[in-house]
Amino acid sequence: MSLYGPDLLALLPELIIVATACLVIVLDPITPASRRDLLGWLSLGSLALCLGLTMGQIGVLNIRVSAFSDLVVVDAYARFWKVLLYGVTALTIVLSLPYLKAERIHLGEYYGFILLSLAGMLVMVSGADLLTIYLGTELMSLSLYVMTGLNRSKPRSLEAAAKYFVLGAFSSGILLYGISLLYGMAGSTKLASIAAAIGTHGANDPLLLIAVILVAVGFSFKLAAVPFHMWTPDVYEGAPTSVTAFMAVAAKVASFAAFMRVFIEGLGGLKADWSLLFLLIALVTLVLGNLVAIVQTNIKRMLAYSSIAHAGYALIGFIAAGRATGTSGGTPGLASVMIYLALYAFMTLGAFAVIGMLRKGGIEGEEIEDFAGLAKRQPLAAFLMLLFMASLAGIPPTAGFIGKFYVFMAAVQVGLAWLAAIALIFAAVSAYYYMRVVMVMYMREPDPSSIVPRLVTSPALSFLLACAAGGVILLGLFPDPLVSFALQSVLTLK
Amino acid sequence: MHSGGVPWLTLLLLIPLAGAVAMYFVTESTARWIALATTLADLFVAVPLWWLFDPQTSQMQFTEHVAWITAPPIYYSLGLDGISLPLVLMTAGIMPLCVLASWTAITTRVQGFMAMLLVMETAMIGVFIALDFVLFYVFWEAMLIPMYLLIGVWGGPNRLYAAIKFFLYTLAGSVLLLVAIFALYFYGGHTFDILALSQGTYPASLQMWLFLAFFAAFAVKVPMFPFHTWLPDAHVEAPTAGSVILASILLKMGAYGFLRFSLPMLPDASHTFAPIIVSLSIVAIIYGAYMALAQADLKKLIAYSSVSHMGFVTLGIFVLNQQGIEGAVLQMLNHGITTGALFLCVGIIYERTHSRLIADNVGLASPMPQYATLLVIFALSSLGLPGTNSFVGEFLVLVGTFLWSKVATAFASLGIILAAAYILWMVQRVVFGVPLLHQIPKLKDLTKREFATLVPLALLVFWIGLYPNPLVSKMHQSVNNVIASMARTKVAPTAQPSAGEAVPLLAGSAKPLKTEDTPQ
Repeated sequence: MSLYGPDLLALLPELIIVATACLVIVLDPITPASRRDLLGWLSLGSLALCLGLTMGQIGVLNIRVSAFSDLVVVDAYARFWKVLLYGVTALTIVLSLPYLKAERIHLGEYYGFILLSLAGMLVMVSGADLLTIYLGTELMSLSLYVMTGLNRSKPRSLEAAAKYFVLGAFSSGILLYGISLLYGMAGSTKLASIAAAIGTHGANDPLLLIAVILVAVGFSFKLAAVPFHMWTPDVYEGAPTSVTAFMAVAAKVASFAAFMRVFIEGLGGLKADWSLLFLLIALVTLVLGNLVAIVQTNIKRMLAYSSIAHAGYALIGFIAAGRATGTSGGTPGLASVMIYLALYAFMTLGAFAVIGMLRKGGIEGEEIEDFAGLAKRQPLAAFLMLLFMASLAGIPPTAGFIGKFYVFMAAVQVGLAWLAAIALIFAAVSAYYYMRVVMVMYMREPDPSSIVPRLVTSPALSFLLACAAGGVILLGLFPDPLVSFALQSVLTLK
Repeated sequence: MHSGGVPWLTLLLLIPLAGAVAMYFVTESTARWIALATTLADLFVAVPLWWLFDPQTSQMQFTEHVAWITAPPIYYSLGLDGISLPLVLMTAGIMPLCVLASWTAITTRVQGFMAMLLVMETAMIGVFIALDFVLFYVFWEAMLIPMYLLIGVWGGPNRLYAAIKFFLYTLAGSVLLLVAIFALYFYGGHTFDILALSQGTYPASLQMWLFLAFFAAFAVKVPMFPFHTWLPDAHVEAPTAGSVILASILLKMGAYGFLRFSLPMLPDASHTFAPIIVSLSIVAIIYGAYMALAQADLKKLIAYSSVSHMGFVTLGIFVLNQQGIEGAVLQMLNHGITTGALFLCVGIIYERTHSRLIADNVGLASPMPQYATLLVIFALSSLGLPGTNSFVGEFLVLVGTFLWSKVATAFASLGIILAAAYILWMVQRVVFGVPLLHQIPKLKDLTKREFATLVPLALLVFWIGLYPNPLVSKMHQSVNNVIASMARTKVAPTAQPSAGEAVPLLAGSAKPLKTEDTPQ
């Protein structure tokens, strides 16, 4: 035990999260149904504790700590994502409290699964070994499969869970196959060893290229990049909305974090190859995500395609990092992705919170048409949705503009002005479907024959919306703290 | 840093914003008064700038410079010169009139409407005074959503289509501007400072690309032919105040962009593209006038006349000489005053007859003599009658064009003749026709409020028309500065340093600044 003492200390946040998850699952059967809120509050408490720990690490020892003979690394990069993930998870739990009750699926184990999923994500962002990262990915995904199917009375929810599981397992297999090929080449699954092996072998091994492609495909599934996005719309639509928000934000953020670490620290020597590969992926992702979103009538499906498109924008920053030269050349690109995803978290959570709590009698109003006339009935709710939509469309002075600003600036810096131009034109296309929501809210009258949906307010929801809207406005006007945090935490591309 | 220690320009931006926030807490009737008080307060802050402004220098005045974002360095940087001063004053002056014009016309969700007007005011003034390119872009884009809502929520029957068309056209036009701003940042010494970027030198091929990107943004906003198709829809469907804002201020931003960015930063590309833009401007002048002739809807008629008049503005800018540019700036103001007033007139008659068709509003001279008088004044100003404001502007533009090409002048003059045709024909029917019997009870003459919205503009029409010198002298140095920055070639190290002197007057036809062979 004493042997692993310092190592365990480095992983203290993950241990706390896992312990709390177990505690929640144990306490669930002995907690009366009326007091299940307490489990949510317990989870929030553990998150606050972890946030304090990680923030403390930022201040005191802003250095790279490796644990368990380099399987795990806790560095500034990991801390950035951890802080973001704690925040996103906490806000998701705050959304879940009223949402699960409204949907009558307020189950205690939900909080356990959300924490287990978070534990997986935390392992992903600080994994320094492909297998560690793989384990984190699996823990995240398995918990998400269960959460997707939580609404057992709804066939759509079960279908989504089954689809997600099958495709997710398939993509994990591909990822694992890529990892095994890399192991065959390098004799190790540690990122540092793989990088060293690429340095000595050279980048022209065809097996290596196949391995890179397989790993890229595996991660593209998790990022929901085209053409590996097929699961996204169905799963986002079928899952309970709080889970959809969690997938759209936390799972995407964690996948990006692990993905960038693998490709920068492990496969950085092949950046010429993979930047071209991701260039193609980003282009089709942008085009398809934005075009298909236009024709959606269900707002959750629309946001699913929009989240696909946003993965495309974020990839552009990553490509810019891959195209850059010199040791710190990739910094603007990588930092731009980190900034982009952090800002994306606020607006997406806000949008899903409004969708989840817009109730039509007992059920959720998830058609875009359900928003008709919201501006007249609940002006503040409509204004917040307007804010989130404008931010997703990237209109200044919202946070979404700042995110796009840094990503496209990084792209122009490395000579990809044409890519930035195409992406921005598609951002203008995306404004069409985001503004359609605004149009329905402000310029349409609801169908008088049906039940008029209302945003069911509660203190928890108000808190969540205040956080999301505050983030969208304040970080849109004063992004400096986030930008400097990202620049301090960025990986170095060798 | 700012004159007298008063942050005038920040005040100009913050007052309307504060008013917009206040709208959330008030009732409908107070909302109108608060909006009026806010816009008037803004006007009272803006008016002293006219006297505080020093016309002897082309330097930016009332500057404010505060760090906003550190990496990359972006500043909250504001300032006024002789080109932006009149535009800011016009914006501050038009807005109270817009509030007055909406007093009874807007009956639903008044607070929201007034809040949007006030947010627009901040964004529009911000565009004219921003000295940091990113800050400019933020203001430029920030007005999209309020304008979208103004048209879409409070507009006419076909408002949804018009609103989204306006939104997408202008957004699609301006996204490339952002890429151009980044490119300038990396080529221009890692700064977004507009004045510093205007001093820079850029490779010829880069200038071409940047010019096209700028052009996409500014030409849509002006709007230049053939990017004008959003304008008639937006104008017709927007509520009166929206039409006035669009015509008087929004359209000026495109022209302002050409003057502030395209000419000083990309002089070689401006010279190269000048013949094309001059041709497009002439097409716009004639085409807009022809389309105006054919309209049965008063708002559409004025919308197409805007296309024609804005053609004079872009023509004046791209003949690239002093007379042309001064005429263009003056014409920007004139168009703002005259067309704004004409839209107000249409709004007034629409409130009475609920029709914008010429055929439904005929013979207003006897039932509404005050209205008819003012309408005739603005109509005559619109066709450029000597003694009214537009005459001075159009005359200067045509003088500038004459120095550039005689053929172009002949074609542009055709626009003035056509303007006389469509305006006088409209006046003949609307003012001097025989009124429809069933309409007569509705045709009450102007109320005091309506009178108050139109008279200031009528006074401006005559003031600029008879004694434009105080205005022109204010912009003189700044226009000279633009010309001077055009005169020296901006292509990175080049072998033709002396070509500059003769350029402004002869440019375009002779292409003296061939730059393709420039080494980079």
